[in-house]
Amino acid sequence: MEKMNMIQAINRALHDAMEADDTVLALGEEVADPEGGGIVGVTKGLSERFGEDRVLSTPISEQAIIGSAVGAAIGGFRPVAELMLMNFSTVAMDMLVNHAAKLRFMSGGQTNVPMVVRTATGAGLGTGGQHCDFLEAWFAHTAGMKVVIPSNSSDAYGLMRSAIEDDDPVIFVETIPLLFGPMETTLEKVPLGKAKVVREGSDLTIVAYALMVHHALAVAAELEKDGLSVEVIDLRTIAPWDRETVLASVAKTGRLLVVHEAVKEHGVGAEIAAVVGKELFGKLKAPIDRLGAAFCAVPFSKPLETAFVPNPASIGAAARALLA
Amino acid sequence: MSNYPKPTNEQLLDIYRRAITIKLNDERIIKEMMSGRLVTPYYSARGQEIIPSSVMPNMNDDDYLCTIYRGTHDMVAKGFPLDLMWAELAGRVTGSCKGKGGTMHLTHPPTGSMVTTGIVGSSMPIATGLGWAAKLKNKRQVALACFGDGACNIGAFHESLNFAAVFNLPVIFLCQNNRYAEHTSMKKSSRVEQYSKRAAGYGMEGVTVNGNDPDEMYGAAKWAINRARNGEGPTLIEAMTFRFNGHLLGDPGHYIPAEEMAAAKAADPVPALRQRLIDSGIADGAALDTMEAGILVTIDAAVQAAYAADYPDVAELKRDVFAHEIA
Repeated sequence: MEKMNMIQAINRALHDAMEADDTVLALGEEVADPEGGGIVGVTKGLSERFGEDRVLSTPISEQAIIGSAVGAAIGGFRPVAELMLMNFSTVAMDMLVNHAAKLRFMSGGQTNVPMVVRTATGAGLGTGGQHCDFLEAWFAHTAGMKVVIPSNSSDAYGLMRSAIEDDDPVIFVETIPLLFGPMETTLEKVPLGKAKVVREGSDLTIVAYALMVHHALAVAAELEKDGLSVEVIDLRTIAPWDRETVLASVAKTGRLLVVHEAVKEHGVGAEIAAVVGKELFGKLKAPIDRLGAAFCAVPFSKPLETAFVPNPASIGAAARALLA
Repeated sequence: MSNYPKPTNEQLLDIYRRAITIKLNDERIIKEMMSGRLVTPYYSARGQEIIPSSVMPNMNDDDYLCTIYRGTHDMVAKGFPLDLMWAELAGRVTGSCKGKGGTMHLTHPPTGSMVTTGIVGSSMPIATGLGWAAKLKNKRQVALACFGDGACNIGAFHESLNFAAVFNLPVIFLCQNNRYAEHTSMKKSSRVEQYSKRAAGYGMEGVTVNGNDPDEMYGAAKWAINRARNGEGPTLIEAMTFRFNGHLLGDPGHYIPAEEMAAAKAADPVPALRQRLIDSGIADGAALDTMEAGILVTIDAAVQAAYAADYPDVAELKRDVFAHEIA
C-alpha cells in the first residue's frame, strides 16, 4: 500500500498499461509533457517515457480527438483519449454516440472500438454551468458504451487498467473534487460492472458513486449513533451496473436511496429505482427515493452551488425519512 | 495535371472493369428496389463511378477506406465481395454485417472497408485515426476518407484536415464533388469556387481534378497515395463529378436545372470510357461484351443468394452490442 491521490493513481495506471501493451496510446489537449502532461498532471511523464508518437498533445478539436481514437481503435490500437472536461463531450457526441458506441453492432461484430475516454467533472469549484456537469446518464443510455466513475484512488487505478483492457468503449469520469486528496492505494485491477459494498448495514441501502459515496458514508456514521444501520454501495461502474449486488442489498434492507450528483430527472437513479422496484415489489418497506442535483444549470454563486448538489444534510434527511 | 503518372492501357481496362461493375450493380439495386423486392434507403452514385475505379487500383486490401452512405461505388471498387454486399442490402444474416448495418453501414475489413457512416463528414475524423494507426504500424499503409462536397462545410472537415496535417498522417481526403449538397448547390454553400483551395489553410497539398477523367483521377490519386506512403503527409483531392439519381433514390431533383442534368448524362463517363477503350484499340467491343456479361452473372448470383438466405435471428439484437452479451 502506498499513499496516492487519484491523479497519481490514474497516472500510474496509464504508465503500467502503456508499459504492458505497446498498442495503448494517449491523446488529448495538453496531454504530452511539453504541454504539461495534462492540466492537473494525470498524463505526466507518458510522452517522455513512451514518445510523442504514442502520446499526442492535440489541437483543440474534440471531434478529431475522439474520431482519431475511434479510427486508431479499429486499426488495432487501444487509445486513451482525454476530453478535458465532461461538458466538452457535447462537441464530440457524433463520434461518441453514432460511431464509438455503435460500430461493433452495425458491422455485425467485424469492428470494435477498444477505447477509453477520460474526462473530468464535478461541481464545487465555482466553474458554473458549462464546466462541471455529470452527464453519465446520456452515455449509459447509449447501447454499446460503458461508463465508469471511481470514488477513490484504488478504484481509479484498478478500473482504468480494466477499462483499457476492455474491448468496448469506456467513458472514465474523474471527479475533480476527489482528485487531490492522498489515500492508501492498492494497485490491482478492478473488474468493470462490479459494485462494492463499502459499508455493511441492515436497515437501508444507499447506492451512490463519486463524491456521493463519501457523503453517504458520513451519513451512515451519523445515523449509526441513533441505532440506524445503513449499507452503502459504491456503484463504480454505471453502465453496465451491478444489479446483483444492489438487489441483494435491498432484498436484505428493504429500503433504497439512490444518490448522484447528476440532476435527478431521467437520471441513473431512475433506472436503478425502476429495476429494484420491479424485482423487489412487495418486499420493500418504504418507497424508493432518489437524490440528485437540482434541475437547473450548475450555478456559480457559492450558496447556490452548495445547495445544488446533494450533501450530507440532504442525504441524511432523505435517509431518516425512509427509516421513519 | 499533365505531369501526373498516367494509367497504362492495362490499368485503363482495369478501371473500366471496376466502373462498369459499379454501374451494373447500381442499376440492379435500383431495379430490385423498383420491383419491391429490395427495401432500403439508397443513395446512388451513378455518374461517379470513375472516381473510385481510378483511385482503388493504387490501394491494397490493407489500406483503409472510410466512406459514407453514398459509398457502394467506393466499396465495390475496393473489392468488397458482391455476395456479402447484396445479402447485407437485403438485411440477411449472410450479409457482411449479418444484416445489422444495411446500406449505410456496409463494412468489410478484409478488403479495407472499415467504416461506412450515415453522418455527413464523419468518415474524416475516423480515417484520420486510421492514418495514425497506419503511421504507428509503419507498414506504408494509407487511409482514404471519402465524402461529398456538402461535408466540406461541416466541422469534422476542418478538425480532421488540420489534425492530419499537424501530425503528418498518411490520409487522403477525397471529396467527390457532385455539385449538390443534398438539394443545395455548391454556389449557395460556399464562397470558394474550389474546395481544394481550403487545403492551403491547413498547410496541406490540395488539388481539384476532373473525377470523371480516368487519366487525371488515376494520376492525382497515385500521386497523393504515394506521398502518404512515403511519409509526406495528407492530401485533399477534390474530384469533380455529378450524380444522376439525385440525393436519395426517389429524389425528383427539381433543384437541378434540366440542361445541367442533360449535359451530365450526355457525358456519362462510363460509356465514354468504354468507347475510348474501343477507339484506341485497348479492347474490342466483343471482349467488353463478354466481360460485362460475366459481371452480370456474378451480380445475379449475389442477388439470388441474398434472397435465398435467412433473416437474422431476433437474438442478434443482444449480440455485438458489447464484446460479451450483457443481459
